[in-house]
Amino acid sequence: MAAVPLTLPVGAWAGDNQNALHPASKQEHSISVLWWVMLVGCSIGFGVIVILLFLGWVRRNRDYLPFGGRDRAGTAIVIGLGVFVPIVILSLLFVWSDLYVIKTTEAPAANSTPMSVKVIGHDWWWEIRYPGTRAVTANEIHIPVRTRVDMLGTSADVIHSFWVPALNRKADLIPGRVNRLLLDANRPGEYRGQCAEFCGQQHAHMAMYVFADPPNVFRRWLANEARPARKPATPQAREGERLFLNLPCSGCHMIRGTSADGTIGPDLTHLATRTTLAALTLPNKPPDLTHWIEDPQRYKPGSKMPGFSLTSSQRDALVAYLDGLK
Amino acid sequence: MATTVTEPGLKRVERLERIWVEPRGVLGWLTTTDHKRIGLLYFFTTLAFFGAGGIEALLIRTQLAEPNAKVLSPETYDQLMTMHGVTMIFLFVIPMSLGAFGNYLIPLMIGARDMAFPRMNALSYWLFLASGLFMYASVFLHAAPNAGWFDYVPLALKQYDPGRNIDFYALGLIFNGISSTAAAINFIVTIFKLRAPGMSMNRMPLFCFAMLAVSLSLIFALPSLTIDLVYLELQRNLGFHFFDVAHGGDPLLWQHLFWLFGHPEVYIIILPAFGIATSIIPTFSKRKMIAFPLVALAELLVAFIGFGVWAHHMFATGLPTITLVFFAAASMMVVIPSTIQVFAWTVTVALGRPEFRAPLMFIGGFIVFFVLGGLTGIMFAAIPFDQAATDTYFVVAHFHFIIFGAAVFPILGGMYYWFPKVTGRLYHEGLAKLSFWLTFVGTALTFFPMHIIGLLGMPRRVYTYPSSLGWGAYNLSETIGAFILTAGLLLIFWNLVYSRFRGAPAGPDPFFGGTLEWATTSPPPPYNFPVIPTVRSAYPNWDAEDRRADVARLERGELVLDGGHETPASTVVDAVPDEVLEMPGESPWPLAVAVCTSLLFIMLLTRHYAVAGVFAGFALLAVAAWHSKEPQET
Repeated sequence: MAAVPLTLPVGAWAGDNQNALHPASKQEHSISVLWWVMLVGCSIGFGVIVILLFLGWVRRNRDYLPFGGRDRAGTAIVIGLGVFVPIVILSLLFVWSDLYVIKTTEAPAANSTPMSVKVIGHDWWWEIRYPGTRAVTANEIHIPVRTRVDMLGTSADVIHSFWVPALNRKADLIPGRVNRLLLDANRPGEYRGQCAEFCGQQHAHMAMYVFADPPNVFRRWLANEARPARKPATPQAREGERLFLNLPCSGCHMIRGTSADGTIGPDLTHLATRTTLAALTLPNKPPDLTHWIEDPQRYKPGSKMPGFSLTSSQRDALVAYLDGLK
Repeated sequence: MATTVTEPGLKRVERLERIWVEPRGVLGWLTTTDHKRIGLLYFFTTLAFFGAGGIEALLIRTQLAEPNAKVLSPETYDQLMTMHGVTMIFLFVIPMSLGAFGNYLIPLMIGARDMAFPRMNALSYWLFLASGLFMYASVFLHAAPNAGWFDYVPLALKQYDPGRNIDFYALGLIFNGISSTAAAINFIVTIFKLRAPGMSMNRMPLFCFAMLAVSLSLIFALPSLTIDLVYLELQRNLGFHFFDVAHGGDPLLWQHLFWLFGHPEVYIIILPAFGIATSIIPTFSKRKMIAFPLVALAELLVAFIGFGVWAHHMFATGLPTITLVFFAAASMMVVIPSTIQVFAWTVTVALGRPEFRAPLMFIGGFIVFFVLGGLTGIMFAAIPFDQAATDTYFVVAHFHFIIFGAAVFPILGGMYYWFPKVTGRLYHEGLAKLSFWLTFVGTALTFFPMHIIGLLGMPRRVYTYPSSLGWGAYNLSETIGAFILTAGLLLIFWNLVYSRFRGAPAGPDPFFGGTLEWATTSPPPPYNFPVIPTVRSAYPNWDAEDRRADVARLERGELVLDGGHETPASTVVDAVPDEVLEMPGESPWPLAVAVCTSLLFIMLLTRHYAVAGVFAGFALLAVAAWHSKEPQET
């Protein structure tokens, strides 16, 4: 099998930033080193077996091994290569990966990190909270770069799994439990992640971004997120706010600083600071926002958000209001 | 063998024919207790389910061929994905290897005239068929199970899945488990007690060791699944709280019980393949298996250690590190019995003068894929890597190389290998070799790229994916591979159908096999052997003197047992004959019990619990009726 030639381009061909072999942290780096070493070892093991099989074919008219051995030599090979060699190799792998590398990827010791972020899985989006602040957002996590951040994950409904391949292993989000994971990006960037535990119809559309920002950018962002929503600035946006509060929107979404206090869907207080909608299903641009409000079921069938029939002026007002929630 | 038989010998054979004959036509098939006919019923039924599971796979692959495709709705995708897993595991691989191959071959290989409990054997089949139809009824009611074959809670609870979908799954698998349990007990008793005189444990075919290991695993693993499913039904329909955090339950309980069954299940799937490989390799290499006792021990050991590794399916659930390390160590240990066998197979081929006919080619493919899937399996015992790669397509690649490449390839090779025995005709060798290359290339192309997209971040069980992540080309090649694979499988099917009618006559032993099934005619008579063979080695059909002695004994009337519907029983370890068992004949009662049990499960599904109780009563009455004595022909 062409195991090696087929796998080498993995890094080079990656179209985006959800690649487990493009580590952006010490943790993921150690996992990818583990992978490459195991790949080399396994390729050798695979080669030995294929060569043996090939020898069996080439020497199909000779009933002895190349060096002249027969049954006793054969049994010696079975015991040597089938028992002793694997015991040595597996013991080495066990000690290295399961006793040593695991220390790097383990959950950080309690209170050993300067900050933490709480992630709560929902069908089918991520609620993000920053303990110690009022900031609440969804689907786009910001962390300061080169800072150890403790991710505390749980679920509000079914089991989800938090996985940002470039940053670390995955952690299941399980109702009634809190699983922890270290996020410690070593270079600024946006890292895509996706739910890895089957959670129902829209498991495929439950993605997220982790933005690793320079610390000052992060602090500004967090301070803004913690504030209540901006007041609408134009008459059209004010009309949009009135619609939002009178239509069923406010029953499911919260906009801090208004009477909208729903908790079924994501907090929209600073929706306009996010780059995507519906857990990365659509970009967050006014035309996409319009499509989403009109017919969410078209983009994310099974989502809890119903479509609304609005006049075009109502629709534009609503979008103008939401687009102003910086 | 029948060539030198004289007048008294022929008379005895005629008497056996009269004693063992079963009714002709449909009635004969409905009431049969002949392990070979039951094996064939299993074969055709599981083949039909394989077709269904294959169509589901092709639909899934078509939906995933390109980003953002809209071939299937998300709900349909989830149902197909779940049914594909359930079908291939519970309705194809296990009943095919155990029900079809095991049933047909074990009594022949150990020189018995039937299974130990022929009517329970029939019951196992009818319950299996009924449980399969029960689960597939859901597809036609648009309520197929949709929470994945692993069916994690809370997703599978009523709150998130209010239809009957999950009830079909839970009740169907409990139903299916009854069939498997009965079959496993039957195999264990048959292998322990019905071996031909002289077939001590150390001379038993390795195929039978594998089946023994599988059967023992099944009876210890299935209760865990059954309990899990009963809890699930109690919580869904009767308000219990086993998995409910708010009331002190725990969703992880489901996972522990499921994988305590689910990992032994992996070995239950793969062990029969080992058994088939160890049958085909010696025949075509024209020599005994090297390290025979070590291989027998490895087969039993893998089944045993398989019970200590289940939590490696749960490395991302947040279990304490010490637990993870324990299960990782056990997962490393379970590798050793497999490496022993891999080297035993390859060294046997190297030491023999192998003739690469189609069955051996499929075993070659099996070894390649098993090693590939096994090596990625070792990677999953490295905890940090497991926690990164689990629930991605890397896992899908790994276990399809194990379950398709390693478990199904020997089944395909075995179909060719034993086809002449079952039909009395030879398959077409050229087409068979072509079908091997098609399935081999198809399998590699379908499943190999999944390793790569897994590392590129593609999670499992997604019905679609965006175009921006570079997964499209890999997915397209997988879909093309799936269709090539399908062509190979259809070619095998065509070869077997064509050869059944047009194949050249095979004779009793076209491949000079070493085990006893080749010592009788093709197809074997209902009583399998005119004389119960005696055994002095692990490859008794290569002991020409002993087989000539069988003919002489037929003349003398020794061990012919033509006084009734009988087979000899022997001691467990040394196979010293210790009694002659009177075997029950054909009966309608196993089918009746299966019908009552089906009605019982339909009533449980529709929540008519009182009516269900009535049908349970009927089922018990039918069990009582089947034990009524009937006149025996003499």
